[in-house]
Amino acid sequence: MNYLKILLNGIIKENPTFVLLLGMCPTLGTTSSAINGMSMGLATMAVLIFSNLIISLIKSLVPDMVRIPCYIVVIASLVTLLQMIMQAYTPEVYASLGLFIPLIVVNCIILGRAEAFAAKRGPVESIFDGIGIGLGFTIALTLLGAIRELLGTGRIFGLELYSENYGMLLFVLAPGAFIALGYLIAVVKKVAKI
Amino acid sequence: MAYILIFFSAIFVNNIVLSQFLGICPFLGVSKKIDTALGMSAAVAFVLTIATIVTYLIQKLLEAYDLVYLQTIAFILVIAALVQMVEIVLKKVSPSLYQALGVFLPLITTNCCILGVAILVAQGTYNSQGLEPNLISGVVYAVSTAIGFGLALTLFAGIREQLEMMDIPAGVKGTPVALIVAGLLAMAFMGFSGVDNGLARVFGI
Repeated sequence: MNYLKILLNGIIKENPTFVLLLGMCPTLGTTSSAINGMSMGLATMAVLIFSNLIISLIKSLVPDMVRIPCYIVVIASLVTLLQMIMQAYTPEVYASLGLFIPLIVVNCIILGRAEAFAAKRGPVESIFDGIGIGLGFTIALTLLGAIRELLGTGRIFGLELYSENYGMLLFVLAPGAFIALGYLIAVVKKVAKI
Repeated sequence: MAYILIFFSAIFVNNIVLSQFLGICPFLGVSKKIDTALGMSAAVAFVLTIATIVTYLIQKLLEAYDLVYLQTIAFILVIAALVQMVEIVLKKVSPSLYQALGVFLPLITTNCCILGVAILVAQGTYNSQGLEPNLISGVVYAVSTAIGFGLALTLFAGIREQLEMMDIPAGVKGTPVALIVAGLLAMAFMGFSGVDNGLARVFGI
């Protein structure tokens, strides 16, 4: 399989949010604005690329019986590194995403890709799979964040398109997350015919 | 009185699923039937309570040795080991309960509401009224959260059972309509917002 195909597979055919329906907690919890959704997507992508790489490198050293705990330790260490880097260089983003950064550890996308892809393929392919799935996740989160921000406050990435007075506050609050994602999945399924 | 406040606020006002978005995977995954929903809720309540007590003590240990940056790794490993241990003990002590919870227990390790609540209790940021966080209020919070999770999951499963018999437009069949229903449920729970402040005033906190 060539690398471009692996990339596109992650973005379209096996999009984690729209097709596999994985990682729903950060998808709903962090998309109150487009920029928050994008930061969460990129943070997850960073962990996913490195966890895929490391797991594909150590897969022959790990006994089959204890592979899941080993993978979890690798992922948890990467998340701890990410937490430290974000606290040091982007404290505002870290504060706005809050609890959802340490919760990347239990994001089923990461462990799922480790099991389904990185444990069977070579390191280069695994990196590309990490980039593809990560991009698919980032695009989905940014899209959902942009829709919620636009409907809720009349802005996209903080750029005002119409007055906040006409915004539907519901879409920034919790119920709007569920409803917007429900309709978004329905539309994407129709358009992409998956 | 403060404990009653934490209890109501965790179940209704800040429901773990419908307003904090933790534990969405089981919420969407095992909510097709009320029976399985009840089984999952019981398993989560069981593990959540034990995990909160253990991780609270571990947090104190990490703080004592200045190792707080290891929190994420330590917590997830402890929770994974704990789930495994609960499974083994339950198998010996109460085979009938093990039969009932069996399939759900391994799924709980990756349920983010367990790790989420453990971190919230360790940070002491779970009560908005600024009460002194300690082990007892942490456990009260964990139990109430588990009840809130069970309530949301069971309600949602009940609605989805009815939904099976409805004539739903082809475009939103399956996951989309489930998410929209969850949104409406979240909207209903929003009706409780502010109740915690009212209760705080009644109790004079």
